[in-house]
Amino acid sequence: MAKYILKRIALAIVTIWAVITITFVLMHSVPGNPFATENRKIPENIMENLMKKYGLDKPKSEQYIMYLKNIARFDFGESMKQDSETVNQIIARGFPVSARLGVQAIIIALIFGPALGAIAALYQNKAPDYISMIISIIGVSVPSFVLGSFFVQFIASKVDWIPISGWGEFRHTILPSIALALMPLAQFARLMRSSMLEVLGQDYIKTAKSKGISRFAVIMKHAIRNAILPVVSILGTTISNLVAGSFVIEKIFGIPGLGQFFTTSVFNRDYTLIMGVTVFYAMVLIAMMLLVDVAYTLIDPRIRLTKEGH
Amino acid sequence: MDHTAYTKDMFEKVKRDEYHADRITRPTISYWADVWRRLKMNKLAMTGLVILIIIFIMSILGPYISKFDYREQDWDKINLRPNKEYWFGTDELGRDLFSRAWLGTRYSLLIGVAAALIDFGIGILYGGIAGMASPRLDAIMMRIAEVVYSIPYMLVVVLISVVFSDAGSGTSMFVLILAMTITGWVPMANLVRGQVLALKEYEYSLASESLGASKGWILRKHIIPNSFGPILVNVTLTVPRAIFAEATLGFMGLGLQVPKPSLGTLANDGLAVMPIGIFYQILIPSILISFIMFSFNVLGDGLRDALDPRLRQ
Amino acid sequence: MGKLLEVKDLAVSFQTYFGEVEAVRGISFHVDRGETVALVGESGCGKSVTANSIMKLLPMPPAFYKSGQIFFEGEDIVKKSEKEMQKIRGDKISMIFQDPMTSLNPTMKVGKQIVEGIIKHHGLSKDEAKKKAIEMLDLVAVPQPEKRVNQYPHEFSGGMRQRVMIALAMVSNPELLIADEPTTALDVTVQAQILDLMKQIQDKYGTSIILITHDLGVVADMSDRVIVMYGGKLMEEGTTHEIFKNPKHPYTRKLLDSVPRLDMDRSESLHSIAGTPPDLYKPPKGCPFFERCDEAMIICKDHMPEKEYHTNSHYSCCWLNHPMAKGATEGSEI
Repeated sequence: MAKYILKRIALAIVTIWAVITITFVLMHSVPGNPFATENRKIPENIMENLMKKYGLDKPKSEQYIMYLKNIARFDFGESMKQDSETVNQIIARGFPVSARLGVQAIIIALIFGPALGAIAALYQNKAPDYISMIISIIGVSVPSFVLGSFFVQFIASKVDWIPISGWGEFRHTILPSIALALMPLAQFARLMRSSMLEVLGQDYIKTAKSKGISRFAVIMKHAIRNAILPVVSILGTTISNLVAGSFVIEKIFGIPGLGQFFTTSVFNRDYTLIMGVTVFYAMVLIAMMLLVDVAYTLIDPRIRLTKEGH
Repeated sequence: MDHTAYTKDMFEKVKRDEYHADRITRPTISYWADVWRRLKMNKLAMTGLVILIIIFIMSILGPYISKFDYREQDWDKINLRPNKEYWFGTDELGRDLFSRAWLGTRYSLLIGVAAALIDFGIGILYGGIAGMASPRLDAIMMRIAEVVYSIPYMLVVVLISVVFSDAGSGTSMFVLILAMTITGWVPMANLVRGQVLALKEYEYSLASESLGASKGWILRKHIIPNSFGPILVNVTLTVPRAIFAEATLGFMGLGLQVPKPSLGTLANDGLAVMPIGIFYQILIPSILISFIMFSFNVLGDGLRDALDPRLRQ
Repeated sequence: MGKLLEVKDLAVSFQTYFGEVEAVRGISFHVDRGETVALVGESGCGKSVTANSIMKLLPMPPAFYKSGQIFFEGEDIVKKSEKEMQKIRGDKISMIFQDPMTSLNPTMKVGKQIVEGIIKHHGLSKDEAKKKAIEMLDLVAVPQPEKRVNQYPHEFSGGMRQRVMIALAMVSNPELLIADEPTTALDVTVQAQILDLMKQIQDKYGTSIILITHDLGVVADMSDRVIVMYGGKLMEEGTTHEIFKNPKHPYTRKLLDSVPRLDMDRSESLHSIAGTPPDLYKPPKGCPFFERCDEAMIICKDHMPEKEYHTNSHYSCCWLNHPMAKGATEGSEI
């Protein structure tokens, strides 16, 4: 077990290193220098100073080592476009907002997704199945930006209590959380439905029934407990996909989250900010995936043993 | 028992050859005919297929049906609602949204399908080599694939689009496809590798047991249905993922290079005019994307169900 | 001792895409208290469907009872509601399944799985339940029961899991135990141990057993009576002795020929039965074994033979019993 976790941590570190390296190589292969993108001319001495400030006058290999060292100390450098703010400060400002949005969305998805899928499986080819499958088909087919803009158009602009944009109170978070949650909710529902159908056909369900326990107990204690395992196993990937959704949702609802900063930095070609946020996101997501994988081994007793055995 | 009803000749022994006993009473259906039969039974999948065919045809013909070129700006006719002349209305620059929407559909589909095919190609190559390589090389290759796969997809897509596109004018088609495929091939490679390993097993069992079945028969009956099915499903489900990623990029301002439209950039343009009360501009590309995603998803699901022999009844 | 279970003219069908599949087509038999009845036949002959219909465990739909009654302790199970069945299942009638590797819930501790039923039926406290689980594991000879009770199924071997299944089935001391191919998925050496264990437990508790199997070798040791099933119908029934010493139906004889025996001459070869059982989607009008029978006559094709009693306890359904059949009588004197 410990060995397995160590192995996973090693793999996570390698992955983060790969992300850092790829990011670095890509960002430094952009033609021209990062300050020349604006139309106005920058005097040579200022340009030199700028290059010096961001260490761009040094050889690439030295810059790379420097960058690695800085990241090891969680120092992502200074923003190139937002004056006098470091990337760390921007992350500290934006991340809690994005994290709250993401956590709320995941909670919504985890409460309703598997429930919907389980109900669909239990009433296979009956009305509840069709209804929940329609919801989940819509969920995977309608991109979050579509849903988000529909929410703004038809709910936020009509209901006084729910604001169109902004951040701060709980009511600001309702629509963006739901819009962000629908895609993972639908994925969970679909996965849960198929895994539930498979579990319901297993011999041990028949064994459980043959004991004479109630249908409800068979479903709760035997079917759902096993059927939910695949859902947990994709949780890491789902959280990762949520980030893409959050870029879009934050833009639509004007939420001052990290996604918003990222989108702006992409638009402004703020290279240090792009690099910093990318690496930070990658670290958070890879850590999440690691956590999910470890958690999975805790809830599936079979994996615990096989990993110990090696 | 009423004995009188029976005559003596009824108690004659039946003569027949050995072969007769092995006759199978239920008619056998060829594998693909059966898959098609089951797919046809799936109303949702068939709806998806029909919608997809319509959208596909319109993405080819749509821009020609309209009287207006997708680039043609008419400053007297900006932000028009859908009307007799402009079926889908016009945008901020007075361009015809009907031709732009279908052209955008064409580019989005093109990106999606190209990305799926490239994933498929790389996946077959990488997975095939890993599956056939020595266990050591296989392990290394799979570890690399694992690392690549743990890199969050959307971050890479954004990063590549940022690096290889010009600020303000968007990303070229080539870069978009590159961005989508750079980590997207891993699931396909895993799938192919698994199939190759299974194939090795079959060959082994064939050599050691000589089951009396010809190699061609096993290939037709087991290998092709077993590997082609999951691969086809995977390809079908990769297309909407790439289209979705492109749309998200477009929405972030990293979409296809102007003046070419894609569904993502059209939606982004539509969002910009939403605050001034114009909703149809985001509605049209939204509906198109949703329909494409829906169709590919239900078709992929339908295929998976149709290909799964366990469901045969 | 009276009849514990009496099945009368039971027919069970499945509604499928192709049409109705008639899995069980009018069978009648009974089980006395304390006895073991073996239901023998190839896969697909309807024996598992019969077993599951006694427990009402068939998925309905697509399955449905077409006709007949199943009297258990004098009450008709076919008419019982799901709630009423839950009181019977696991308490009065228990079941053991074929594959011990898949019949236990992989994410629940075995101890909990064993006592889940008895907690429901007799309301045991947590401590009592745990004590009971250990006691049951001890009964089925699982070593170190105190430790094993807290383990998960994957930590058990196939044979040990089947012991757990027996413990699970016996925990409420049922009147009737249905064992559906309990040893098929096990190694030969383990098979004997499991059968032994079942016999011991039967001796101790006086449980009636319906043993479902395709292996006549298993039957010889275990059962008092044998029922041979084919194509959804009963072909022959008799005491184990009668069936082994004096099989009447060509199918029974074929089944016996395919069992290896110690007293067999080395030059004698084992016989397999050519062909496959009939497709019950369109069951044959006549004898279901007609297609594969070496002694088939013209009448067999379209006319189903009636029961012919050879002794009080032994009957068979075969046209060879008919006085007009040639050579049918040879060797049939008792």
